Amino acid sequence: MPTYRPGPVSLILAVLVALFLLLPLLAVIPVSLTPSRMLAMPTGELSLRHYRSLIEDPRWLDAILLSVRIGIVSSIISTVLALCFSLGVWMFQPRFTGALVGFVLLPMVVPPVVSAITLYFLLTSISGMSSFFGYDTWLGVAMAHSVMTVPFATVLILVSLSQLDRRIDLAARGLGASVWERATRIIMPNIKFGIVTAALLSFVLSWEEIGVTLFITSVNAITLPRLMWMGLRDNIDPAIAALSVILIIITVLVLAVRTVVTRQRAGH
Amino acid sequence: MRGTLSDRMGAALLMAPLLLFLVLAYAWPFLGVVKWSFTLPTPGLGQYGALATDALVQSVFIRTLRIALIVTVVSVAAAYAITVVWVRGTPTQRIVAEFCILVPFWISVLTRAFGWVALLSNRGLINSWLQSIGFISEPLTLVRNELGVIIGMTHFLIPFAVFPLASAMRSLDERVLLAARGLGSSRMRTFWTVFVPMTRSGIIGAAMIVFVFSLGFFVTPAILGGGRSVMIAELIYLRIFQSPDWGLGAAISVVLVLFVGALMALLFRYVKPKQLV
Repeated sequence: MPTYRPGPVSLILAVLVALFLLLPLLAVIPVSLTPSRMLAMPTGELSLRHYRSLIEDPRWLDAILLSVRIGIVSSIISTVLALCFSLGVWMFQPRFTGALVGFVLLPMVVPPVVSAITLYFLLTSISGMSSFFGYDTWLGVAMAHSVMTVPFATVLILVSLSQLDRRIDLAARGLGASVWERATRIIMPNIKFGIVTAALLSFVLSWEEIGVTLFITSVNAITLPRLMWMGLRDNIDPAIAALSVILIIITVLVLAVRTVVTRQRAGH
Repeated sequence: MRGTLSDRMGAALLMAPLLLFLVLAYAWPFLGVVKWSFTLPTPGLGQYGALATDALVQSVFIRTLRIALIVTVVSVAAAYAITVVWVRGTPTQRIVAEFCILVPFWISVLTRAFGWVALLSNRGLINSWLQSIGFISEPLTLVRNELGVIIGMTHFLIPFAVFPLASAMRSLDERVLLAARGLGSSRMRTFWTVFVPMTRSGIIGAAMIVFVFSLGFFVTPAILGGGRSVMIAELIYLRIFQSPDWGLGAAISVVLVLFVGALMALLFRYVKPKQLV
């Protein structure tokens, strides 16, 4: 059977778009190897000094560790909340489900800057009551990140639940399983993949989060994107290029592994 | 099966924690921001009056709309070109296209903005290269202006436009295209008179998503605009942190939410949410 394939004009245009998409990612590689202290193209010799400064400069290491900690805590919070909520929606199909899900998705569709000012209001209000949970604290950032990532986790878990066969749950119910048993022994093992994906996506979104973080931190809770932002705005530090190269390599590797795995799965 | 007392209890127990969390940590503080817009610095509608008259705020609004429109047209067109190959290409072409879409998609907005700084700044790749071949003597100003903002935002938003387009192209019946070709229609004509009209819902969805996203864009304009091409989101930031005028910042936020809400309502009249993924 013949298939409809893109013609030469389509292919040329697509290649141009692909180049546009990849160009800025490739551009950081030469910049990261410059021996100069400032943003510049290397003019002769190459140097790894900016990669070394990522390890040697405690500011970068502290920011990385803080981002990991915030990412893990906010990912746990948002995955647990999203899982419970989605189980409630799927098992009981309550009235007004559409409106409730819509409410949960709000932080995803409201412009990020509005969420940012909202969370700024929240954390500055809390600051008056407790000093370790409010504005410019790591717990405050973790909570704000949970608000921003929980819609994504909910969508992923709801999607994997929608692919689950209701009859296995009905069978368990008919055999006398309690709600807890149905949730933990019947449903959750079948949506394992969705739960893990939700947790990973929440972590990645928190790890990269800058729009909200910028509003709710100042000098104490400096996450990695916040530190990059400071380096980008004032005097552009080529260490950012070195860090960017490492992040790009990790992304490419993860996507390559994922492509190979999904192709193998499809092959069997 | 549904609606018994224990069922309602179970649903409430499971759904309550997240709903409670978002009411306390999102809905309530948002109402607080709305309150700011009516009470700071003095109670009343003063901030909204200022929005209607302040020349700076209005010029920022107009610039934001202009940039968002340009970015929408360019991103959707570019996304369309690469999505055609991702959906309809040979298996190898598909993998390459997918890679080119997903790698930038997963890389943080900061890294991507930084990549453009490295390419476009005065001592960046493009200017160094043009100078070394003697094409120009003085570096071209490519960033810290509106051009840089448009390039950076387009780059960020293309992958978001790809997904609704791909969804529309996948659901299209290939036999219609083959029939058009078989009846003697040229490639170009088939594309413009059959393929594009049949993916209309994807185009509308992609355009709406990109437009709504670009209205609230903050990071890319702040880095690539260099303070010279301020968009509405950056204006909110400046009003909160630099010239403390929380009331005005809050009022702009409220207007932005209402505007985006109206656009989303319009979107869902034309496109079902399922067609967007």
